[in-house]
Amino acid sequence: MSEFFQQIINGLSLGSIYALIALGYTMVYGILKLINFAHGEVFMLGAYSGYFLASALGVERYSASGQSFPLGLALVVLLGAMALSALLGVTIEALAYRPVRSAPRLTPLITAIGASLFLQNAAVLLFTPNPRPYPPILREVRFTLGGVIVTNIKLAIFVVAIVLMIGLHQFVQRTWTGRAMRAVSMNMDAARLMGIDVNATIRATFAIGSALAAAGGILFGLDQITINPLMGVLTGLKAFVAAVLGGIGNIPGAVVGGLLIGLAEQLTAGYLSPDYRDAITFLILVVILVLKPEGLLGVVRQEKV
Amino acid sequence: MTLLALERVDKVFGGLRALRGVSFEVAPGSIFGLIGPNGAGKTTLFNVITGVYRPDGGHVRFDGGEIGGLSPARVAELGIARTFQNIRLFRAMTVEENVMVAGHKLHRAGLASAVFRTAAHASDENALTTRARELLEVLGLKDHAEDVAGSLPYGSQRRLEIARALMLGPKLLLLDEPAAGMNSSEAFELERQIRFLRDELGVTIVLVEHNMSVVMSVCERIHVVDHGETIAEGTPAEIKVHPRVLAAYLGQEADPGAADEETAP
Repeated sequence: MSEFFQQIINGLSLGSIYALIALGYTMVYGILKLINFAHGEVFMLGAYSGYFLASALGVERYSASGQSFPLGLALVVLLGAMALSALLGVTIEALAYRPVRSAPRLTPLITAIGASLFLQNAAVLLFTPNPRPYPPILREVRFTLGGVIVTNIKLAIFVVAIVLMIGLHQFVQRTWTGRAMRAVSMNMDAARLMGIDVNATIRATFAIGSALAAAGGILFGLDQITINPLMGVLTGLKAFVAAVLGGIGNIPGAVVGGLLIGLAEQLTAGYLSPDYRDAITFLILVVILVLKPEGLLGVVRQEKV
Repeated sequence: MTLLALERVDKVFGGLRALRGVSFEVAPGSIFGLIGPNGAGKTTLFNVITGVYRPDGGHVRFDGGEIGGLSPARVAELGIARTFQNIRLFRAMTVEENVMVAGHKLHRAGLASAVFRTAAHASDENALTTRARELLEVLGLKDHAEDVAGSLPYGSQRRLEIARALMLGPKLLLLDEPAAGMNSSEAFELERQIRFLRDELGVTIVLVEHNMSVVMSVCERIHVVDHGETIAEGTPAEIKVHPRVLAAYLGQEADPGAADEETAP
């Protein structure tokens, strides 16, 4: 039984990382009907931003002298990387997507794949393809709860993800910009005629989605211990599946989808075979596309003429 | 004294001349009707006025300035608001939120103040809510403020579009078939509301409508288009008996003898 709870804990912490990334996919899709394939690379570059920020703040000095990195500085690393990635997301939107926004939907999709490949290869060139050990922004502390091993890192992943998701929910429901985002996603033309600055709203969407992906990147680095320039490919794809599973365009759906994919992966790895942990995600994708293509929380859209 | 003036406006879609030299003037504080058979170009005129389409010829002047070719957001900012023939609400939002979305002029405090919930943000949100409630009351939707917009009956959705458009604080309101899908008592209530908007809120109104009893009852002047061209303009009493209008609606050729007495374009 403790084995089962162990898998649940690990699944939820992995799943909350997927959820953070899936939110970016789903928000952008909700507004532009665009699958932002470069989002996995924003996640990867977010992890690298955290890596370099932590180095700049002297994380090696602390670990060499056996001290743990101050929590305040860890927070600076997290927020700094989120800010840098927000900037990156806005730049990608301005350079790769805005020029083709009114083109047929296939064009921005291909541009997105291009942006993704460009960023992957730029990262290989700049950071070398070798995996890097992630700096100990949080020093691991283990404790046992009724036979289940819990680390402070797993807890931190869960807490940071929950705080960010609640923050996003409040933002979207309560603020002026959040209301504008919902309006643009429901009807862009009407929103424009109601005086909403659609371009600024789209920029805000990319900034927020990218910041959440960066947080996911740092948490992923802490959890998986190493990072590499291609880490965004598979993880990004799984987060995309999470968004589709929950119902793409639907914010709570992305969270539910992320957690379910994380759990499914851990349970498969634990009880079936670790070899199938990646396969299960895509099996879920096939099943959901066949049985409920609108996703668990999605609604069937009626196209109106 | 005119608020809105169109001068010889042309609009071409490929080989189709959707508007050919349409001119009319709307006086401030008036209720102006724009009628014509299906496909006559009424909605195209609205789209040219609101910046959705750029005119291919002629001028659109509003409040003394040229607005032809400006962006929809800019036109909205200058004081022209509209509703749509096919309803375009933010369906998954509440009725009140739909109205609040259009209230950006009332909302000055920035993002940071929203996140940190400053007093400026709270007072902006209060001003928005208060104004939204007032407008919902005017349109008879106050009791539905918390309902999801998409769940309202059709007639209420049309009135919600009007409330949302008014939130922009417009000088000119363009209503595209507001009575479509309304029964006769709803349409009668709409007439009262349209007059109220003009009398109490001082909004000038241009109305496209197929429900002739609504048009004839609320409009002071009526402009008639057919096949993208002006065929008549006058008071409701004049339009009712205008031979070219009757011909256009009944699908007959106008009797050339009868047209002489009327103000042909």
